Amino acid sequence: MGRILLVVRLALRDLRRRRTEAVLLLIAILTATTTLTLALVLRDAAGDPYESTRAVTKGPDVVANVQSTGLDHLDQLATASGVTQHSGPYPVIAGKLIAGKLFAGKIEASGRTSDAQVEGRDATVASVDQPEVTKGGWVSDGGVVVEAAFADSLDVGVGDSVVLNGRSFEVVGVAVTAAMPPYPGGSCIVSAGCVNGAIPDDRDLPPGLLHNPGLVWLTQADVRSLASDGGSLSYVMNLKLADPDEAQAFVDRNGGEHGGVMSMRTWQSILADATELAQDSQILLLIGAWLLGLLAVASLSVLVGGRMADQTRRVGLLKAVGATPGLVAAVLLAQYLLVALVAAGAGLTIGALTAPLLTESSAGLVGSAGTASLTWSTIGLVTAVALGVAVVATAVPAVRAARSSTVSALADAARPPRRTGWLIAVSARLPVPLLLASRVAARRPRRVALGVVSIAVTVSGLYVLLVLNAFLGDQPSTGAYTEAQVAVLRQVLLVWTVILLSLAAVNAIVITWATVLDNRHASALARALGATPREVSGALAAAQVLPALLGAVLGVFPGGWALFAAIVTITGGDSDKATLPALWQLTVMVLAAVLVVAALTSVPAYLGGRRPVTETLSASRS
Amino acid sequence: MSDAADTPVLSARGLRKEYGKGEGLVRAVDGVDLDIGAGETVAITGPSGCGKSTLLHLLGGLDRPSGGEVSLNGRRIDDISEKALSRMRRTDVGYVFQSFHLMEELTAVENVELSALLAGRSPRAARRRAEELLDRLGLAGRSRFLPSALSGGQRQRVAVARALSNEPLVVLADEPTGNLDSAATLDVLQLFKDLHESGQTLVIVTHDARIAATTDRTFTMRDGALVDETWPSGGTTGRLGALAGLED
Ligand SMILES: Nc1ncnc2c1ncn2[C@@H]1O[C@H](COP(=O)(O)OP(=O)(O)OP(=O)(O)O)[C@@H](O)[C@H]1O
Ligand SMILES: [Mg+2]
Repeated sequence: MGRILLVVRLALRDLRRRRTEAVLLLIAILTATTTLTLALVLRDAAGDPYESTRAVTKGPDVVANVQSTGLDHLDQLATASGVTQHSGPYPVIAGKLIAGKLFAGKIEASGRTSDAQVEGRDATVASVDQPEVTKGGWVSDGGVVVEAAFADSLDVGVGDSVVLNGRSFEVVGVAVTAAMPPYPGGSCIVSAGCVNGAIPDDRDLPPGLLHNPGLVWLTQADVRSLASDGGSLSYVMNLKLADPDEAQAFVDRNGGEHGGVMSMRTWQSILADATELAQDSQILLLIGAWLLGLLAVASLSVLVGGRMADQTRRVGLLKAVGATPGLVAAVLLAQYLLVALVAAGAGLTIGALTAPLLTESSAGLVGSAGTASLTWSTIGLVTAVALGVAVVATAVPAVRAARSSTVSALADAARPPRRTGWLIAVSARLPVPLLLASRVAARRPRRVALGVVSIAVTVSGLYVLLVLNAFLGDQPSTGAYTEAQVAVLRQVLLVWTVILLSLAAVNAIVITWATVLDNRHASALARALGATPREVSGALAAAQVLPALLGAVLGVFPGGWALFAAIVTITGGDSDKATLPALWQLTVMVLAAVLVVAALTSVPAYLGGRRPVTETLSASRS
Repeated sequence: MSDAADTPVLSARGLRKEYGKGEGLVRAVDGVDLDIGAGETVAITGPSGCGKSTLLHLLGGLDRPSGGEVSLNGRRIDDISEKALSRMRRTDVGYVFQSFHLMEELTAVENVELSALLAGRSPRAARRRAEELLDRLGLAGRSRFLPSALSGGQRQRVAVARALSNEPLVVLADEPTGNLDSAATLDVLQLFKDLHESGQTLVIVTHDARIAATTDRTFTMRDGALVDETWPSGGTTGRLGALAGLED
C-alpha cells in the first residue's frame, strides 16, 4: 500500500515538475484519440445504415419492374427457381409532386416541386420490402408516405399536405426502404424513364423523362385512380432469393428471356448507390485520419523523446536513493498511464460528440436514422492505442533503468546534442541570429526533420482541400453531386481542416517548446557571451520558421500533388475534372503556413530568450 | 603592476541584491563598495552561500542589482538597457565558470571563436584569434577536439581562451578551479599568473588559498558584505615560489 502511494506520489510530482510538457503530451494524445474515435465512429455509421435498413424492412434481393404490358413476365418471375418469397407486383406511376396545400383549386403555399415515382401498396404488411415507418404511420386512402431523404429535401413532415398530379394528399408517414437508394439517387421503376444528377444548363431533357424523382407510397387504389389510363401504369415486384449472394446470377439467368421489357436490380447495386456518398466522405476522412495520425506521431515522438532523455537522469537519482528498477518502471508507467487514460476518455467523448455533426446529414442520404454511436470495439481500440503510447514511452527508459548503472544514468547529460560539423562551419559566416538558429537546428536534426514533415503533411492536406473545394465549387453544374451532397462533403472537409490545423498548431508549439527547453543552457551561455535576448529569441524562432518554409514548399510539391494523385487512384476518380490550385493560391498558402508557424513559435521563443541567464547557468549540472 | 590605476575599471557603490520577500528575504549581496583598477588581480573568498557568485554576476552585468551602482570603465551598467548590457558583455567582460559551460557539440576552437562571432567579427579573424589563444594557452594540438575528449584542466583553459577572445577589459572567474584536481589547478593558476603579468584585469572568486595568495588584493565576504581586505605583501612571484612547494 505504502509502495503504491509512493509510486503515485512520485508520478504526480514528476508530471507537475514539467507541467507544460505534461499538458502538451495530453493534447497530443488527445488529438490522436479524438481523430481515431471520429474515424471509427464514422466507419460504423457509413457501413451500417443500409444493412440495418435492409434487415428491418425485409429488403429485397432483387427488384424487378415492367411496363403495364409486361405484367405476365413478373408472374413468371415470381415462380422462377431460387425465389423464396415475393411481394407485388405493385402499380407505379410517374408523378409531379408539389409540397403545399391545394386550396380551392390553387396551391396555397408555393412549395417545392419535384418529380416523383408513386408506388401503390397494401395497407397490410408485405413479406418483402415493407418500408420502415420512421414517423407517422403507413399508407391509407388519401394519405401519402414519403421516403425519408425525399421528405427531408422537400421539408415536409407528418400532417403536411402535398399535391400529386393535381390531387391533394395528407402526409401520414415518413419511411425508409432498402428497395431503392435514397433520394436523390433513386433508381427508376417507371416506364417513362428517369435521369439522376444535375443537368447541365445547355441540355434539355426529353419530354416525359423524370428528373431526380423521389419515392412516395399511396394505397393501390389511390395510384390507380391517379393514372389517366391503365397503360400509364408500371409494375414493380420485390423478390427474396434462397441465396442473396446469387442475386446477380439470378438476374443474368432470368433477364434475357423477357425481351428487354423487364429490368432488374440486385440488392448489391442498390447498396453501392446508397452508400456512394458515405463512401466518398469516408475515403476523405480516412485519408484525413492518416495525415492526422502522422502529425500525432510527430508530436508524440518529440514529446516522449524529450521526456525520456530527462527521465534517464531521474532514473539515476531514484536508483541512487535505493529504488529498484521495478519501482522506477512503475513510476514512469504510472505517469504515462494517467495522461493516456485522461486523453483516451476525453478523445472518446469529443469524437462521439462531433461525429453526429457529420453523420446527421448523411443519415438522410443513406436512408436510415443511422446514428453514430460509440461501440465497445471503438472504445477498446482507442484506449488500447493511448495505453500503447504510454507503454512504449515507458519501455525505453525503464529498460535503460534496469540495465544501466546508477552512476552512468546520473552522469548522462540529458541527451548529448548532435555535432553537424559542416553546418557549424557554414553558420560561422551567417549573421548572429541565423548563426545561432542553424546551430540550434544542428543540435537536433531529427527534431528538425519532424518539424519539416509535420508542416509538409499539413500543407499537403491543405493542398488537397483546395483542390476538393474547387471541385465541389464546380458542382452541381458538372453533375457528379447534387447540392445536398456537396453540402455534406463540404462539412466533412471543414471538420478535416479544423482538426488538421489544430494538430499542426499543437505540433508547432510542441516542437518549439522542446527546442526551447533543450536549448536553455546554450541560450543562457550565448547571452552570457553577449548575445542579446532578441538575437536568442530570434534564433529559436528562426530555427522553427526556416524548416517550416522548407516543409511548406515540400508540402505543395511533391507532397500535395502526390497525395492528390493517390486519392484519385484510390477513389478511381478522374483527375482531369479537378482544377489544381493556382500559383498565387499556393504562394499564399506557403506564406500563410510560415507566418502562422512564426506567430505560434514567437511566444515560446520569446520566453526562451528572456530567461534569466544566471538561474539557468547555475541550475544546469546541479 | 600591483597599483590600482586612477580610474577604476570596475567599481561598485552600495551594491545590493535581494531574493524573495518577507520571511524568506535573502540579502545575497548587501551593500558592497568596491574599486578595481586596470591590470589589478583581485580575489574574493568567503564561506559558501555568502554571495560571491551573486556579486560576480552583478559586476559582469549578468544579473541586475536590487540597489546600488556598478560602473565599468566609468560607465554605469546597472541601469542600461538589456541590449546595451549584452553589447557590454560581448566586448568588455569575459566569464570563466566553475563548470566550464562549453558547448558539447563544438570543438575547442569553435567554442573559443563563438564569442568573437557573436561580437560580429569576420569568421576568418575569429578563427585566427581563437587558434592564437589556444596556442598561447598550450592547447594548439587540441583545437579540433570536442570538450568530451579534453581533461578538466584543458576544458577550463578553453573556457579561459573563450573569455579572452574579445580582449575584455576584465575577466571574471567564478571558482575556476573548483572542478579540477590539484595538477589541473596548478595549470590554471599558472595561466592566471601569466594573464596577470600581461596586464589583464582579473576578478577571481575562489575557495583556494593558493589562488588568493597570488593576487594583488583579497576580499573576504560574509553574509553578502565585504568584511576584510588584505594586501598580500611581496608581490606575486614570491607567492608562486611558495606555491611550487605545494607540489611536493
Ligand atoms: N535565484 C535565487 N533565488 C533565491 N536565492 C538565491 C538565488 N541565488 C542565490 N540565492 C541565495 O543567495 C545567497 C548567495 O548565493 P551565492 O550563489 O552568491 O553564494 P556563493 O557565495 O557563490 O556560494 P558558493 O561558494 O557555495 O558558490 C545564498 O544564500 C543563496 O541561497
Ligand atoms: Mg558560487
